[in-house]
Amino acid sequence: MLILSFESSCDETAVAVVEDGRRVLADEIFSQVALHEIYGGVVPEIAARSHLEVISLLADRALKTAGVARKDIDAVACTYAPGLIGAVLVGVNFAKSAALALGVPLIPVHHIRGHIAANYLAYPELEPPFVCLAISGGNTMLVDVRGYTDMSILGQTRDDAAGECFDKSARVLGLGYPGGKPIDDLSKKGDDRAYDLPRPTVNGGSPYDMSFSGLKTAVVNLAHHAEQTGETLDKPGLAASLCRAVSEMLVGRTMDAAERLGYENIAVAGGVAANSRIRADFEAACQKAGKTLFVPPLRLCGDNAAMIGAQGYYEYLAGHTAGSDLNAYATMEL
Amino acid sequence: MTYITHSESETEALGAEFAKDLPAGTVAALYGELGCGKTAFVRGMARGMGLDCLVNSPTFTIVNEYLGERPLFHFDMYRLGGADELYDIGWEDYLGRGGVCAVEWSENVPGAFDGDEIEVRFTKLSDTDREIRIERGDASC
Ligand SMILES: Nc1ncnc2c1ncn2[C@@H]1O[C@H](COP(=O)(O)OP(=O)(O)OP(=O)(O)O)[C@@H](O)[C@H]1O
Ligand SMILES: [Mg+2]
Repeated sequence: MLILSFESSCDETAVAVVEDGRRVLADEIFSQVALHEIYGGVVPEIAARSHLEVISLLADRALKTAGVARKDIDAVACTYAPGLIGAVLVGVNFAKSAALALGVPLIPVHHIRGHIAANYLAYPELEPPFVCLAISGGNTMLVDVRGYTDMSILGQTRDDAAGECFDKSARVLGLGYPGGKPIDDLSKKGDDRAYDLPRPTVNGGSPYDMSFSGLKTAVVNLAHHAEQTGETLDKPGLAASLCRAVSEMLVGRTMDAAERLGYENIAVAGGVAANSRIRADFEAACQKAGKTLFVPPLRLCGDNAAMIGAQGYYEYLAGHTAGSDLNAYATMEL
Repeated sequence: MTYITHSESETEALGAEFAKDLPAGTVAALYGELGCGKTAFVRGMARGMGLDCLVNSPTFTIVNEYLGERPLFHFDMYRLGGADELYDIGWEDYLGRGGVCAVEWSENVPGAFDGDEIEVRFTKLSDTDREIRIERGDASC
């Protein structure tokens, strides 16, 4: 089954063609570089979130890259929640018209379910049940994936996302944006015990809930005090201590959840999965506990449409299709 | 009015008190540096408005919607480059939806406000103390 899929929930616009939920035939993502190619070197002024201008060009390109004709497409899938409403609507409306024009089913997909499904593209052998930690600039949640379309949130951040904590700390340390990569690079030169950073816990809610704003604020305060007292900040040490603190908060909870649920498999999704400390700690913990770790390659960790095509396939099998009255939603439960 | 809070929960409580009777259509423009407690204040606002939901940082999502009888739209302009991006995020549409809008990082979008907004300015006094100044357009608070 060939699915043409769309993702436009925040900053990226993306279109993909995916076969049977597992094989990516085309995976087009809008970026300044892509824009440059599309317009043959003449880049018009286009706002970062103007998905409308690029979506149909990307769709044509995806079909061409995949080497399939419009009539070969069996269904259309799109992210319908959660996200910036105007952005999500662009994808939803385009997908609706495409499904109507092609005379094929329309499949709505939850954005976070898509991130989890990125693992199916990277690992053909992976099947539920497993625990998935979804970590990105906007999300930090631990999910019990009982089945392809049967899942629930075990815990999540009560304030900032893990990626946001990295980005904002990087800004305070003068490392630029996005900050994940520079913090990661710098941390390799530092001592992870240089600074004693907090590991905030959350009162009430789930034992798997997390909090990162306290870490962000601790970094802000350290930088501020150093400035006032004229001390030099050990930036590599602070970066290393921060990576260690974030990693410990994430890995511990994830391992506990897998243990309690009796699952063999642990998956990580989202852009923060690229952090080398988090990766290394997960590898060590999984080896120790005799569990198998799945972390998709970076390209599949960020927002993309292939993951929507993957999850869309399983939503279709579960009978989750929509009519042309499909709406977009800023928030939506998993 | 100027308040001093000594903990995150005091800031939340102040937000709750502040939002309790806010009329629909109110815009609260929040100003202040990283980690000064804006999100904590809005968490309190939601509670004061009787909205029982998770309030986390909208830095990446740009706007969180907390729906109820009187909804709260929680904006964060941290990643916006200027007021011309307001159109992309549907700012005008939200203003017309009859809720309360709370806007973190209002510094980034000076063109968003028409003078009727309530300004909430945060200053860090120490690691645990925050000065929070609330100024209504008609100075009646
Ligand atoms: N009196 C206080 N009021 C509020 N927060 C406090 C106070 N004292 C310490 N804190 C700490 O400051 C931090 C405030 O974080 P919060 O995310 O609410 O700030 P913010 O202004 O929204 O930051 P950002 O600019 O990243 O959006 C929390 O970690 C909180 O525990
Ligand atoms: Mg905030």
